[in-house]
Amino acid sequence: MEKKKTAAPEKRKLLLQLFMSTLYISAFTFGGGFVIITFMKKKFVDEYHWLGEEEMLDLAALAQSSPGAIAVNAAILVGWRMGGFAGMLTAVLGTIIPPVTLLSVISFFYAAFAANLYVALFLKGMQAGVAAVILDVVCSLGAGVLKKRSWVHIAVMAAAFLATFVWNVNVIFIILAAAAVGICTELWKHRASGPQA
Amino acid sequence: MIYLQLFLSFLQVGMFSIGGGYAALPLIQSQVVNQYQWLTMGEFTDLITIAEMTPGPIAVNSATFVGIRIAGIPGALIATFGCILPSCFIVSFLAFLYYRYKKVSAMQSVLGSLRPAVVALIGAAGLSILQLVAFGGGEASLSHLQWAECGIFLAAFLALRVWKKKPILVMFCCGAAELIVEALRGLPSA
Repeated sequence: MEKKKTAAPEKRKLLLQLFMSTLYISAFTFGGGFVIITFMKKKFVDEYHWLGEEEMLDLAALAQSSPGAIAVNAAILVGWRMGGFAGMLTAVLGTIIPPVTLLSVISFFYAAFAANLYVALFLKGMQAGVAAVILDVVCSLGAGVLKKRSWVHIAVMAAAFLATFVWNVNVIFIILAAAAVGICTELWKHRASGPQA
Repeated sequence: MIYLQLFLSFLQVGMFSIGGGYAALPLIQSQVVNQYQWLTMGEFTDLITIAEMTPGPIAVNSATFVGIRIAGIPGALIATFGCILPSCFIVSFLAFLYYRYKKVSAMQSVLGSLRPAVVALIGAAGLSILQLVAFGGGEASLSHLQWAECGIFLAAFLALRVWKKKPILVMFCCGAAELIVEALRGLPSA
């Protein structure tokens, strides 16, 4: 995963690939920010091997806890990682072109679009597909967490799930609480090894 | 100066909506409906419906929709630009910090416990969509269970998990399958 100095044509090819993949992901990602994270994971981690699985999760946490749309934030992060400033611009453009174009068209034809039964049914069927895609990715990621056998992390995962799904706690508080657990484990580690150091 | 107003108002949406998606809705409403009366509450509800049915972040979708309504295509571009500009600065700075300090032990611990939380959040998002699909938006009881949609979900899950099919292909097949199921049931005379 080391970043190498890439020659100009190679860099152009990379930027093109980045643009096409963000464009593609953004055009077909219905639903909120976490949906796009799962699609990015499939593309950038599983298919292109540009990012590691843990790195993708870190970027997801950063995108989630920053202001603005998660999809745009995630594109900015992946863009910087792959191609610096130019990469960031490329990824952001790729991400916003599909919704801006589509919404422009739809705002002109909204009434006809919303009333079309076939469109509505197709979209309803796609929701089942979206749920399957997300849960498939979650199975892989969850298995990764379980495999490490860190009880703290498994507890954090369970608690975060209950907090968001059952108790509807604001996502920001969950992220902050998980970060706080991380700081506590770090302090505890230092206390445990402190006197000898 | 309508362009400047659009820009500044979506700049605020971009800057203060943390948590994405629905977290941005109250902010957009306060700017667009309450403060400037660019949309009525009815139009705003339509906007949410459109945003749910189309790809892309809700904030970007609303910026485009409102921008076009108020000031045509240039308005849409300016509003969208305003809405993503804060992210570009703030997230770029975070990216710099992340790659610089990723290896520091304290950062490792924090990220280590953030990752499982993010997995849980993604899982919960997936389950709530599944709930919507499985019970058709009704209450979670056996009588509301949508058998056909559950079947489509299971088939899609297997296609992804076991046969490693591409997600976008799977989603299109789901849409087509729903059309076929409804055609077999006999389309309601709507």
